[in-house]
Amino acid sequence: MKPYRVLPGPEEFLPPSAASMGIRLPDPDQGHIEGRIVPEEEAMERAAQVFLSAKVPTIFPGPLVLWSWNEKAAKKATAIQYLYDVIRESVSSEARPMIIPMADYRPKYPKINPEVEINPNHPNLTIWHNKIDACMFVGVHCHQANLALKIIRGGTDCFTIAMCAQAGHEDANLTFRDATPEKIMNFAGWIKKLKGTV
Amino acid sequence: MSKERIKIAPEFRDIMPPEYRDLVDDATWGKEGRGWKDVGTSKELIEEHSLCAGCPESMAFRYILSSLPSPEDTVMVGSTGCTSLVFPHVAVHNIHSLFGNQNAIASGLKRSLAARFPDQGKDVVVLAGDGATVDIGLDSTLQSWFRQEKFTTICFDNELYANTGGQESGLMQKGFVAKMAPIGKQFEKVRLPEIARESGCHYVVNCTVSKPSLVEKVVRNAVLVARELGPTYLQMYTPCILEIGKQSMEGLQEMRDSEKPGLRFAYKEYASPEAKELIAEIAIKEKERKAAAKAALAQSSV
Repeated sequence: MKPYRVLPGPEEFLPPSAASMGIRLPDPDQGHIEGRIVPEEEAMERAAQVFLSAKVPTIFPGPLVLWSWNEKAAKKATAIQYLYDVIRESVSSEARPMIIPMADYRPKYPKINPEVEINPNHPNLTIWHNKIDACMFVGVHCHQANLALKIIRGGTDCFTIAMCAQAGHEDANLTFRDATPEKIMNFAGWIKKLKGTV
Repeated sequence: MSKERIKIAPEFRDIMPPEYRDLVDDATWGKEGRGWKDVGTSKELIEEHSLCAGCPESMAFRYILSSLPSPEDTVMVGSTGCTSLVFPHVAVHNIHSLFGNQNAIASGLKRSLAARFPDQGKDVVVLAGDGATVDIGLDSTLQSWFRQEKFTTICFDNELYANTGGQESGLMQKGFVAKMAPIGKQFEKVRLPEIARESGCHYVVNCTVSKPSLVEKVVRNAVLVARELGPTYLQMYTPCILEIGKQSMEGLQEMRDSEKPGLRFAYKEYASPEAKELIAEIAIKEKERKAAAKAALAQSSV
């Protein structure tokens, strides 16, 4: 059987969890690209290429960084803002970079406003509405990130990147692990470095 | 929990949805004397809700949330039903339990919070409908009272299973014909307030939510008595206007009509001797606080 690859969707209504298909998490200093374990710098390069070639590269910051609840969270927020500024400066003039918060995990009834937020229970609404073709999750708790990443893979063609502070996400198309403010800044550095080459 | 920890990262303040900014700027957390009069100016008391237009439950929710003595240190436990559609809009910690086990969840939660935060008064408040409280969850409800668990149980009594189309519930009144109970209820309404009293609840009230100041008083009493003494129970009539064939504007009148003397939601209150003593002490302190606030206001305007 051909090995499973965590490719951008739309895969199917209920895509399998990547872990159940044999995708494993990277070790420290590694990442994965579509399920293939690679050195972290290779993942950085690929993620930068994805963002630079996207029409709507988008950062989705979650509650762990939206709220200034400790010093580390505050530093990450500053790094994410820097990354967003670098993306805006580096993408082509046709691209429309966005930063949309995942302020809450609870399902919102009767509806969310997809222009101002993303919700892990129906993240596809925000992706569809804003025509987002590449996104990065950062500061989202693991379970909610997994849920959202699977739904996005199931129903959209958006390329997903996880900047995870823990062990990474199998369900993302590309994942980093052990995210720190420095690692986010390093990613911004890769985008600067590859500016104009994609 | 300190309000100091609830700060939006400055970098993201402009992109946060407005309700979260308002929550941080204008919440009544930590404010002494908060109450139903804050409804309308404080976003954490639900600016929007997902219930039907004119639903009395939405009023009840607002009054209860505004009356919690320490919302920042309160965890609410909800259950399946219309209430579970509102909790996502509520800025108070809350847990959704399985249908009927809300009082079991609350028991464990209260004990855990007491062990984890022994020096802080953490309140637990169960808020569930009559199906969860009296039918499916009656065992958990009663057992928590028998064990003298220190939390408040609030039952939104709409006298049927409204969320699923109008089936008969234990709190439905005898003879009532609902969409999915076509021959009418054959038995009397379960007298849960009396059962609560006999099961060891220290403070029990049966009322409607037509009078916000009354709801504020009983909620504060119930939470404070539960914090110090043991279980408390509030049964509040929140009629389902759809299932009883009323219009959106008629919910309030329906409650007023049901609370007249001798009717099933005429105000009834029970307090154990210890609870009476505590409530009297609370009333004195509240009076002193109001007098001091008034004096301070007069002083500042001089």
